[in-house]
Amino acid sequence: MSRSLPTTSHRPLLWEYARSTESTEIVDIEESYGLFIDGEFRKPKSGRTFPTINPATEERLSTVAEAGEADIDDAVAAARAAFDGVWGSMSGAERAKHLFRLARMVQERSRELAVLETLDGGKPIKESRDVDIPLVAAHFFYHAGWADKLDYLFPGMRPRALGVAGQVIPWNFPLLMLAWKVAPAMAAGNTVVLKPAETTPLTALAFASIAVEAGLPPGVLNVVTGAGATGAAVVGHPDVDKVAFTGSTAVGKVIQDRLAGSGKRLTLELGGKAAHVIFEDAPIDQAIEGVINGIFFNQGHVCCAGSRLLVEESIHDRFVDKLKRRLSTLRVGDPMDKNTDVGAINSREQLEKITELVDSGVSEGAEMFQPDCALPERGFFFRPTLFTGVSQSHRIAQEEIFGPVLAILTFRTPEEAVEKANNTPYGLSAGVWTTKGSRILWMADRMKAGVVWANTYNKFDPTSPFGGYKESGFGREGGRHGLLGYLDWSEG
Amino acid sequence: MSRLDVKKTYKLYVGGKFPRSESGRSYPAVGGDGEVLARMARASRKDLRDAVRVARSALDGWAGATGYNRGQVLYRVAETLEDRKDTFVEQLTMTGANRQAARREVAAGIDRMVWYAGWADKFVQILGNLNPVAGPFFNISVPEPTGVVGIVAPEAPALLGLISRLAPVLVPGNTTVVLASERHPMPAITLAEALHSSDVPPGVVNILTGRKDELIGVLADHMDVNAVDAGGAAGDQLTRIQQGAVHNVKRVVTMNGPTQSPYLIAAFTETKTVWHPKGL
Amino acid sequence: MTLATAHASVLPDRVTTATLRSFLRSVPSVDEVGAAERVAALSTRSIKRESKRAALDLMIRMMDLTTLEGKDTPGRIAQLAAKAIRPDPTQPSIPSVAAVCVYPNMVPYAVGATEGSGVRVASVATYFPSGLADIRLKLEEAKMVVAAGADEVDMVIDRGAFLAGDYFRVFDEVRRVKEACGDAHLKVILETGELATLDNVRRASLLAMAAGADFIKTSTGKVTPAATLPVTLVMLEAIRDFFDATGVMVGMKPAGGIRTSKEAMRYLVVLNETLGEPWMTPDRFRFGASSLLNDVLMQIRWLETGRYASPDYFTKD
Repeated sequence: MSRSLPTTSHRPLLWEYARSTESTEIVDIEESYGLFIDGEFRKPKSGRTFPTINPATEERLSTVAEAGEADIDDAVAAARAAFDGVWGSMSGAERAKHLFRLARMVQERSRELAVLETLDGGKPIKESRDVDIPLVAAHFFYHAGWADKLDYLFPGMRPRALGVAGQVIPWNFPLLMLAWKVAPAMAAGNTVVLKPAETTPLTALAFASIAVEAGLPPGVLNVVTGAGATGAAVVGHPDVDKVAFTGSTAVGKVIQDRLAGSGKRLTLELGGKAAHVIFEDAPIDQAIEGVINGIFFNQGHVCCAGSRLLVEESIHDRFVDKLKRRLSTLRVGDPMDKNTDVGAINSREQLEKITELVDSGVSEGAEMFQPDCALPERGFFFRPTLFTGVSQSHRIAQEEIFGPVLAILTFRTPEEAVEKANNTPYGLSAGVWTTKGSRILWMADRMKAGVVWANTYNKFDPTSPFGGYKESGFGREGGRHGLLGYLDWSEG
Repeated sequence: MSRLDVKKTYKLYVGGKFPRSESGRSYPAVGGDGEVLARMARASRKDLRDAVRVARSALDGWAGATGYNRGQVLYRVAETLEDRKDTFVEQLTMTGANRQAARREVAAGIDRMVWYAGWADKFVQILGNLNPVAGPFFNISVPEPTGVVGIVAPEAPALLGLISRLAPVLVPGNTTVVLASERHPMPAITLAEALHSSDVPPGVVNILTGRKDELIGVLADHMDVNAVDAGGAAGDQLTRIQQGAVHNVKRVVTMNGPTQSPYLIAAFTETKTVWHPKGL
Repeated sequence: MTLATAHASVLPDRVTTATLRSFLRSVPSVDEVGAAERVAALSTRSIKRESKRAALDLMIRMMDLTTLEGKDTPGRIAQLAAKAIRPDPTQPSIPSVAAVCVYPNMVPYAVGATEGSGVRVASVATYFPSGLADIRLKLEEAKMVVAAGADEVDMVIDRGAFLAGDYFRVFDEVRRVKEACGDAHLKVILETGELATLDNVRRASLLAMAAGADFIKTSTGKVTPAATLPVTLVMLEAIRDFFDATGVMVGMKPAGGIRTSKEAMRYLVVLNETLGEPWMTPDRFRFGASSLLNDVLMQIRWLETGRYASPDYFTKD
């Protein structure tokens, strides 16, 4: 039995908070940005540029260079020269100090970076401020300390740097994904050519300026902005030894194909369709928070988002009631408002993709619920959405939506929960909520996923390896396992 | 009047049975002097499909066994190999090795199986660890088997090469479909007989003989194969495997350097990280 | 047995230790880390401008201005009552607090000093703070303070009985004290600092509500820790579950340790986002506090003048 609170039925319950907008004075966005190659910003040889916009307002923030093949040649050559000339032969202890210094400077400029991240990408300022940027600094700190301890990573292993790493990162956690890629690559002694996503280049460029200020030797880090063609040129460049990609499974497969026979090392962190399993005996109110965080954190633009909720049938109705009520308290809107929980969708293209999949959910017969919240008139926004009555065969239960959309299914027994959880080509993450300890371990053993969150969700830490099974990719990022992706350990 | 030898019919090893190829085909295994030593079953794409199916169904049992148990099973394999030592030496000699080298290879193969058997209840301790995350969480990373692994066995050394690639795949609990050395397939089938008479559950190891070029593409493209050990693949075969791997993001292992290493075991594992809060 | 039937039960023979135990066992568990994360997330809410001013006023109107000292005297009570009625003499627009909260012997003085002001009188009772006395004495005390004019009674549960699994005793005492209170409002103090776990807090909350509590309250103020945000969150969630099951809206009172308006603001945010508007009223939420009031007054002064305030300009009572 459940009844709605007296005022929940017609409008969200919120005692209205006055707007509390983060100031943008702290950032100084330039009119245009060049490519960061060999320690300096350069005009692109391609002669091409593209705009980057604020998805919350659709206003242009800056114009960014588009790197062409000649630019990639230059960037790879600079990285190669830096590897051969300085970085590859530098002692681990010196490399470590460079990374520690970068970590400190990220901390010193944390608010500026957070504001820039939110302006360029649309995520709520409270997330860029409290999650993304602190984790960026933490990643550099963690990996800094490994730079002179690589011989201790795994017993008996004599690892060596690979050379030049070509890295292509996504738009959902722009600077954090840079940190996940750059910190271990540089700690392991590699030099880097990094391509940020075309919709979110600004924090990577800001990081490049930090690298200059920090005295990082030229060529160790190169940032080449652009879209798919630029990324293809980076991963396909013959003098790149190692490719690391985070993004969609579709693009990951293209890269894997492109690299077939090349001898390059590859790690892929791809899509997911994580099952989030709620047992009857779960700590229910924390599970509600876990589910909300699991799918609405960062507008659901999270590869490990808990997008498939599997609820034990005996508590389905009560759980869904609680979930709907909680959904109605989410504050959707201006990402720069410190009280915003769900910000802007990263791009018009992504908004269209989410809309298309949600429409398919409705037309395939699932029941949709959205809170009655007002959305800003401009910018790309989407209401937090949940679907009940979803079947395994529905597209919204199969495909990665990468948006704030939760598909709810039920199960009756633990075996059924495991079977449904694993019934996907993906295997990035999974969640399970139950108070029974032995059941947690039983479930964790059986769920085919690289990360299993038990009685919590969406936790990240630089010491904790992250990465998928099956079509969610291979290789790990974070922890000592993550460093293996940037080292030659084939001689055991 | 001399006695006529009773010659063995070499068949495939699939699901704990020794079937002929469903295609009814065979091909000659040729000795060092160019003589036909035996006719080997020439596996078809359907045989490969069947082998993958049984490997998949054997996975939960083998992966779910304790490391202690898998270690004992693999040690038992070494025992049964020791029993067939002379047969292996004979076969290797027939394919052109001198007898002393053949003896060394067989001994090394058996010893390698023993070495890997000992890893089964230890590799998790080398590859896994607690992660000291910045928060009130228990966080642990452990290696788990990747799943069904296709092994393209080295052409030579036919026995030691196969054991060196097979053992690290089996240690963490993967099941496998092996494409045996095409030139020297006989030791692989004799190995299958040894496996069969040891305690390796049916379907855990499946061995196909035949034309690699005919089978590699099918193996690489198979959507229910999780990884391929391309250690025995030639350059263009490796490219074909890497292209096929794309369809389901297979792991393609090319580590050719080490002959025995826990990190070869690591190559056929997935790291799973589990978080749990610590609180009252 | 469900929450609804526990609440509806009037006959002692329908509620036994066994039925209460099986009911409490069915209560969902609480994950402490998750609860702490939730309140930490809510603590980042940024309340500015008009919302902040409204919240500061609300804090005053929700305050049970408290003195519970062995050295309390009629004079002390009179001073406290004056402050309660008119917290800032220079600013008549600032509202009175909800109630003054005193020891039983002080009730007559508090009643006299607040007469006609609208400020209510709350008395602790049932052998506060330990509650370790015979139920007959506890009932007698509750009746006495009500007879002396207390509008509200703040009782303590027998934590020893709760921890020993004697749920019937806890339930029965609350029910009988409620009966003894008549029209006076009953706040039931769980003394969460002694219950040790959030699972116990949730269960004790439901037990107290099922037995008839009008409010549930965290602490006596005599035990550390007193009120905390995670404890308050869990109690609010229990109130929500109880409402879902019965339709009865029970109030909440965190008490002890809340000294600054910044902390109090966090409680209001947690309240707002857990139970929402219907509970954003002194009828359903109180702060048990003593030094909080001056800090709220200083904040209001700052909002109005744009200058940070000094404690020298506010009365110490």
